[in-house]
Amino acid sequence: MRNSIKALYLFVVMTNLSCAQKSDNEVNSPTQTTFTAELIVDGLAIPWGMVFLPDGSMLITEKSGEFILFKDGQKTTIANGPSVYNRGQGGLLDIELHPDYENNGWIYFSFASEEGEDKGGNTAIMRAKLNGNSLTDKELLYKASPNTTKGQHFGSRLEFDNEGYLYFSVGERGERDINPQDITRDGGKIYRIYDDGRIPDDNPFVNEPNAKKAIYTYGNRNPQGMAKHPETGAIWIHEHGPQGGDEINIVKKGVNYGWPVITYGINYSGTPITDKTEMEGMEQPIHYWVPSIAPSGMTFVTSDKYPAWKGNLLVGSLSFQYLERLELNGNEVTYREKLMEDIGRVRNVCQGPDGFIYVAVEGKGIYKLVPVQ
Amino acid sequence: MKFFIIGYLLLVACLYYFFMQDKEFQESIQRGKDIYTDFCITCHLENGEGVQNTFPPLAKSDYLMNDREGSIKGVKYGRMGELVVNGVTYNNTMMPLGLEDEEVADVMNYILNSWGNSSTKMVTVEEVGLIVK
Repeated sequence: MRNSIKALYLFVVMTNLSCAQKSDNEVNSPTQTTFTAELIVDGLAIPWGMVFLPDGSMLITEKSGEFILFKDGQKTTIANGPSVYNRGQGGLLDIELHPDYENNGWIYFSFASEEGEDKGGNTAIMRAKLNGNSLTDKELLYKASPNTTKGQHFGSRLEFDNEGYLYFSVGERGERDINPQDITRDGGKIYRIYDDGRIPDDNPFVNEPNAKKAIYTYGNRNPQGMAKHPETGAIWIHEHGPQGGDEINIVKKGVNYGWPVITYGINYSGTPITDKTEMEGMEQPIHYWVPSIAPSGMTFVTSDKYPAWKGNLLVGSLSFQYLERLELNGNEVTYREKLMEDIGRVRNVCQGPDGFIYVAVEGKGIYKLVPVQ
Repeated sequence: MKFFIIGYLLLVACLYYFFMQDKEFQESIQRGKDIYTDFCITCHLENGEGVQNTFPPLAKSDYLMNDREGSIKGVKYGRMGELVVNGVTYNNTMMPLGLEDEEVADVMNYILNSWGNSSTKMVTVEEVGLIVK
């Protein structure tokens, strides 16, 4: 009898454990509308990145390679951008301002570049200054290698942490069995550098022979969302997994996130990649999406404009074409909700300095979410 | 006898031409499969079924089979806005893929001859080259 009670208890516990992710893998539709979405910048194709300049204007990156300055309701194309390799998922990608932009004027951006000897392209990180309607003082800070003509997985998002380090992601460039688990190769990694491109002495692999010293984490697939946690200051990322394996991870020094050795996803063809979802020495995601939402762009809500959303995470969905709101309890996702259903492929989401949320949608433009009083 | 020899040579020439064409066609389809896996599969999926109301199907797609020029143009330059496929209206963006003309021809030959689709007329690099934005 005693044994059977133990067994029953164990069974219940195990069942609960194995269902640990179930509740947050259901996405809910809101019962009431709490905001309206105003299209403030129209006529954009693939608005990959956006930043807000101190004068209230907005600088937008289009995948095609264009930098667009949106000021006083007018769009101006910025001249003298980098030469962009616009193929497959590659093009002009993210943009970010230096934390001390007002004093030094540095603008950081990521893009697919043909720089180097091999045919094809790979992700590059550059900084430059905006002078009038032109980019000047361009400095190439990092260029992943080798180039390849493959169309997938360039990454790339940029974010500064509270200490002023710059983090960026480079996707595994369609070489999952070659790149992500090998720290001597670029791709499938999160990198950490100083604002001028120098590599910090305390990066995790600086003493490993032949390692790419800028690497901070590995075993990533294709991270296209990165945001600094408003309280802990930690860098959060999300990454596109295979079918059913999109993840949210917290960036930790030297950690292996497991791709493609462990994953919750399967191939697009429906065949398995691995039967392992966990392994010693490999980090578990704090959340994974089933089915895949194809996440792009990510921001924490910190402003007072949306009291019910404070502390929530917002993530764009490319494949299901909505904006996802995730409620968190510490590092745990407790509730998921669809906002802006059927709006289009949501490429990016940011909170502006005015506290409003701005959402970039492919083929449409940039929406401002205005709370309904 | 003379006619027989001439006829025979002509026949051999024709057959040779036909088989070489066919080989070229098959090789193009094969290369197209790799391009498809690299650039198209995430949206149009493994069997060209697409995603309902989001990404139009390629398998048994009336648009693909009937509007050859429009389809090549879409693959070559990307496309945006409304598109009716098999009676369903799609309104979405397909980004420009950055493919070379030869790759456009290859992937067209693959999608035109997969999942129940069949097209005997090979898409050539020249044909793709003639299509402008």
